[in-house]
Amino acid sequence: MNYLYVAYGATWTIHVIYLITVMRRYSRLKKEVDELTKKS
Amino acid sequence: MKKAFPILGLVTALLLSYALYEALVVAPREQTMGDVQRIFYYHVPSAWTAFLLFFLNFVASVQYLVRRDPKTDRVANWVLVAVAGLSCVAALVFKLVPDLMQALPQGVELSSIASTGPIVAIIYFLMRRYFSVEAVDALAVTTAEVGVVFCTVVLVTGPLWARPVWGIWWTWDVRLTSTLVLWLIYVSYLVLRRFSSSGQTPVLAAALAIFGALDVPLVYFSIWIFRTQHPQPVIGGGGSIDPRMLHVLLLNWLAFSCFAFLVCWSRYRLERATREIEETLALEALLEPRSALR
Repeated sequence: MNYLYVAYGATWTIHVIYLITVMRRYSRLKKEVDELTKKS
Repeated sequence: MKKAFPILGLVTALLLSYALYEALVVAPREQTMGDVQRIFYYHVPSAWTAFLLFFLNFVASVQYLVRRDPKTDRVANWVLVAVAGLSCVAALVFKLVPDLMQALPQGVELSSIASTGPIVAIIYFLMRRYFSVEAVDALAVTTAEVGVVFCTVVLVTGPLWARPVWGIWWTWDVRLTSTLVLWLIYVSYLVLRRFSSSGQTPVLAAALAIFGALDVPLVYFSIWIFRTQHPQPVIGGGGSIDPRMLHVLLLNWLAFSCFAFLVCWSRYRLERATREIEETLALEALLEPRSALR
């Protein structure tokens, strides 16, 4: 039973880590857009 | 479009929760393996989703290579039409000649021969209709990245099932090794895209993606072609499964496919926006020295 919970937990950990990296890239991009808008 | 994303997100979250409940509670307990068999409801749908994403990456990469030249683009269109027609004709020939039917390799079914060609052609032409050459390249990056995430899930959940059932975490079996090779090829694809700044990077990456996609059929058919420790398939090729288990498996696949679609959607938008910003910055950098000279 432990292996089952570890496997399900690992699956969601991998997906959440990936989603966090995508969100971080989004916020970095948003910052760049704001800077560009300020410049122009 | 802006409203569709949260609605789809909510539907996917509900679907994933329901699929998890079905996998943990409703699905019957397997007699020999016990509860650890339930890993299968995450492992198999993740593998199918990864294969689907790598297939889309393959189609996008082929399009990126052929659509840059109108001549090769035209040839590719006709090749796709021929592939669709030939797969239907081949299925008909196999049906009419019983001797040929017996020579069909294990794991290959008549319905899959008849449908593969037309499905590939439909996906190819849909992609061609709705995505520009630049967009198709962004789609290739997106599908490769999300595909690697799902393939990672497969490579992590597999050993977690193998340890209590086989007594070992890993064996250099053809199915396992070819999956690891597939993962490594697509990781190298992403590394190439991330760190190479050459103008030829998309072309090289597209070629690498086509090479990587060739490993997908090897992974899929390896359990029929070679003697492997990996369990035999439960669907197709003579496999059988309890209908309640099949229902839970397909439900989880549907939930993970919706989830993959949503992740791809956001990642694709991010990729397109990043490219637009990079182009603007490059243009600015080009114009700046001129304004300084004035």
